[in-house]
Amino acid sequence: MSGPARIGAGSDTDAAAKLRFRFDDRPMQGLAGDTLASALLANGVRVVARSFKYHRPRGPLTCGPEEPNALVDVIGAMGREPNRLATTLALHEGLEAQSQNRWPSLRTDLLAVNDRLARFLPAGFYYKTFMAPGWAWERLYEPLIRRAAGFGRIAPPRHGGANAHHGACAETVHDHCDVLVVGAGAAGLAGAHALAVAGLRVLLVEQQPAFGGGARLDASGQAWCDSMCAALRRFGNLRCLPGTTLVGAYGHGVYAALQDSTSEAAAAGRGLRERLRVIRARRVLFATGAVERLVAFPGNDRPGVMLAGAALNYLRRFGVAVGQRPAWFLNNDEAYESALALHEAGVECAGIIDARTHSLAAERARTAGIAVHLGAVVDAVHGGNAVSGLRYRDLRGGEVRRLRADCLLVSGGYSPSTALACQAGASLQWQQRIAAFVPQLAPETGQVAGAARGVFGLAAAALDGAGAARRIAGQLQSIAGPARTDAAPQPPLPPDPEATDLVPLWEVAGRGKSFVDLQNDVTADDVRLAAREGYTHVEHMKRYTTHGMGADQGRTGGLVGSAVLADALGVPVEQVGQSKPRPYAQPVPLAALAGAETGAHFKPKRRLPLHDWHEAAGATFVSIGTWLRPLVYSARKGWEPVLAEARHVRGQVGITDVSTLGKIDVQGADAARFLDFIYANTFSTLPVGRARYGLMLREDAMVFDDGTTSRLGPNHFLVTTTTANATAVLEHMEFHLQANCTRLDVHLTDVSERWAQFAVAGPQARAVLSAVASGLDLSNAAFPFMAAATATIAGLPGRLFRISFSGELAYEIAVPAGAATAVWSALLEAGAPHGIRPYGLDALNTLRIEKGHVTGAELNGNTSADDLGFQRLLKSDGDFIGRALARRPALAAPGRLQLVGVRPVDPARRLRNGAQLVTATEPKLSLGYLTSATPAVAFEGWAGLALLADGRARIGERLQASSPVHGESIEVSIVSPHMYDPENRRVRG
Amino acid sequence: MLRIECPWCGVRDEIEFRYRGDAGAPRPAGDAPAAEFIAHVYERSNPRDWHAEWWLHVAGCRRLLRVERHTLTHAIRSVVDATDAREEPG
Repeated sequence: MSGPARIGAGSDTDAAAKLRFRFDDRPMQGLAGDTLASALLANGVRVVARSFKYHRPRGPLTCGPEEPNALVDVIGAMGREPNRLATTLALHEGLEAQSQNRWPSLRTDLLAVNDRLARFLPAGFYYKTFMAPGWAWERLYEPLIRRAAGFGRIAPPRHGGANAHHGACAETVHDHCDVLVVGAGAAGLAGAHALAVAGLRVLLVEQQPAFGGGARLDASGQAWCDSMCAALRRFGNLRCLPGTTLVGAYGHGVYAALQDSTSEAAAAGRGLRERLRVIRARRVLFATGAVERLVAFPGNDRPGVMLAGAALNYLRRFGVAVGQRPAWFLNNDEAYESALALHEAGVECAGIIDARTHSLAAERARTAGIAVHLGAVVDAVHGGNAVSGLRYRDLRGGEVRRLRADCLLVSGGYSPSTALACQAGASLQWQQRIAAFVPQLAPETGQVAGAARGVFGLAAAALDGAGAARRIAGQLQSIAGPARTDAAPQPPLPPDPEATDLVPLWEVAGRGKSFVDLQNDVTADDVRLAAREGYTHVEHMKRYTTHGMGADQGRTGGLVGSAVLADALGVPVEQVGQSKPRPYAQPVPLAALAGAETGAHFKPKRRLPLHDWHEAAGATFVSIGTWLRPLVYSARKGWEPVLAEARHVRGQVGITDVSTLGKIDVQGADAARFLDFIYANTFSTLPVGRARYGLMLREDAMVFDDGTTSRLGPNHFLVTTTTANATAVLEHMEFHLQANCTRLDVHLTDVSERWAQFAVAGPQARAVLSAVASGLDLSNAAFPFMAAATATIAGLPGRLFRISFSGELAYEIAVPAGAATAVWSALLEAGAPHGIRPYGLDALNTLRIEKGHVTGAELNGNTSADDLGFQRLLKSDGDFIGRALARRPALAAPGRLQLVGVRPVDPARRLRNGAQLVTATEPKLSLGYLTSATPAVAFEGWAGLALLADGRARIGERLQASSPVHGESIEVSIVSPHMYDPENRRVRG
Repeated sequence: MLRIECPWCGVRDEIEFRYRGDAGAPRPAGDAPAAEFIAHVYERSNPRDWHAEWWLHVAGCRRLLRVERHTLTHAIRSVVDATDAREEPG
């Protein structure tokens, strides 16, 4: 029978399919269709966890996703996963689960001493206790708290696991529909049916693996549900997603849902576990149902205390009796259903304690032969690891009686599940009839139907769902497909039994702990303490006590906490309200959010047109943004291969791939005017066939980007940007063109990937180029430094620029990306007699530091044109971005960090990026810092660039470059940043 | 997540756009005093109300759009191309 408590057949379980599983290393048996919780209960396991703070023994409280107690670690192919809900975790063959938060074992937990120390551990005790001394937090308190608090442990798979074989364990899917229906209970099914009949595209999501919700707990409801599901399957315009939990509503009709894909993936032999569905819908119908509330009374957390509706679910769906002699404590008629059902199943019922003085359901129960004590409340629970009995008190007379029972089934009424509707913008209204808040949603967002808005009873909910669907269909008539007149009308559900209204019941005072939040161990006393200490707003109370901050978001006790706070403040509960729910409505594994974007797919990789050539040439690649660039053509570590490449450029000739530069084609009658506005220097005076260095400022006058811009025709410019800012500069230019220069005739085209670009640099560069650039006089007079021209290169149409980043005589050759290999090969061939060899990014960096050219390390967003020595570039007339604020007095004030060169006094010492520049007398007062450093090839020792307070005035001084993390401080000379060929003889040669 | 109805491309996800700041704080005239530029760059109101903002449709038509969004509800009540926005009075 797969466990002593399995007393019959369940609608979800298959009695013929037995499954073996282990809990805390104990082998047990369950049935296919069980959850871990139902299988444990069937095996008579009561204690499944220890609580968060007091380490009290706990058993399942619920039968669904609102469960606060039954969190377990699951050990499987994916490693060790903490905080899985036993109440929703589908049992499978070989499942291995362990209880959490106990040490050394579930039965004997040493930290249960916290329960005895409770009066020293009130709400806010962290803030009050772990105050001083300051050092102790990090070294003593936090490690101790981390050991004592928290839930499960996470660990990777032992042998690579599923991930190693199948790639990502999650994926993302996008859905579009006219109407998203959330919840497939009576209201959701009826609503989805009506919407599909109206010809709308409907997506129906339900967190349970089976549709029906409450309708499945009753034979006539189940029959209705089966016929409804069969009807839904016939619609081509309706999709059903069972096992899919809506976790967030993000406005503008965007929703996120988490689909459990384990069974589907197992069938397909994949390691897929979850699918994150991003749903875009014109309207939403929330039919999210209601959650049964607990009641705060002493001992309401004992294993065996459970919600009445959960007991009904365990019986009907899994055939499990949660106790051999259950008692009830309730305030509403709906909860009697579990008593009648268990009684009918042959379970001995100890009695029902009803806080109300009369009830129609009580009469039905008495007729069935169950003892009912009206007008009484439970004020104590007996037993430690399991309930052994209870004490109840007559509300009028005050007499106290005891009842022997092995479990206590509680119901404090039902609270509509409003979290998702609230995220979608619903406002909450108090409804005294059900003592709960109901949501009201703007019709342009959607509707709420059924128990989710306080319409209880299956027939009433179905009617409400269909009504809500008709209201939505009315709004969306214009986009609906043809109505499905062929759909057979569905038979209605039998009428709901008449019920007596509930009487609000939140707390029963007594000795001991009355919990309002079982997951975070928050008691009614904690809430009152918060109120006394001034945390009277429900949001403040929540943060102070942690009420409702657990993974279950306090669903079962949220309103109870509000009611206790209201009572302490002497105001009605509707005035206190509930704390604002935010996404995610259910815990979402980070892996599900990452989806397939892990490992090599974490970000896209852009490969250069010559990537294969670089790879074949033995390049070590570096990831710069999304680009893969050759760092050095060697597999060897260290500086030597880099410096060999750099020396070769200085001494002979080298070639490097600079295709990653951003390239923006600027055309139009006003192109020059526009560039004058975008750049701090002037471009309208640039002759055709010339290039100019351009400096771009932000409006706050800090340097944004730099690059070389060439004039290819009177109305045609080519802007180049740094690799890092290629996207940002294009957006910057597009923004200003469309926002501030709307009358200008200018067109911007991103041609970054259209053109491959190479630099040929070194004393032999002209000789190499002369061999490939036909029909162009490359003499210094005809094609001087900063010349630009269209040219035929190796027989292919291209562009030639005489610009230099390295400080040598250099040309940059641009050719269409498709011609990259042909031209590069031709250049290598032409350069062979001159000993040409490729150089990578590291060598380029060495060359530019010696030359004093700035790059990202110096253009760090805090440096002005003046700081970098570019003050003369700023034009004196005409408007440009950054003009006004460049004249701020603060930017000319003493103490600004200015660009300088740095060289160690002892050439044997090395420089370090980030080293602080200090004086020998005040070694802790930073005057600036090194931004770039490299061993030099043009001279002995290292070369560095630095930003130094009043740097230009300090040239010639000696300072210390201090790097405390390396335990170093070396003497350095402050020099001009142009450490190599300051007169520019070589580039002009 | 915002869904912005681009006048050229239709309703698109926020991820296709780049936020480009307050559209209710136009750049001062080129010869305006520094104080106006300081206000333009650094001084922003933070209304709990309708807010005009620039969104550049970088993964679509690359047009700059002027979007009126409510900062509390994220509701969007108008989206126009920057060129059209300029022609509106005020």
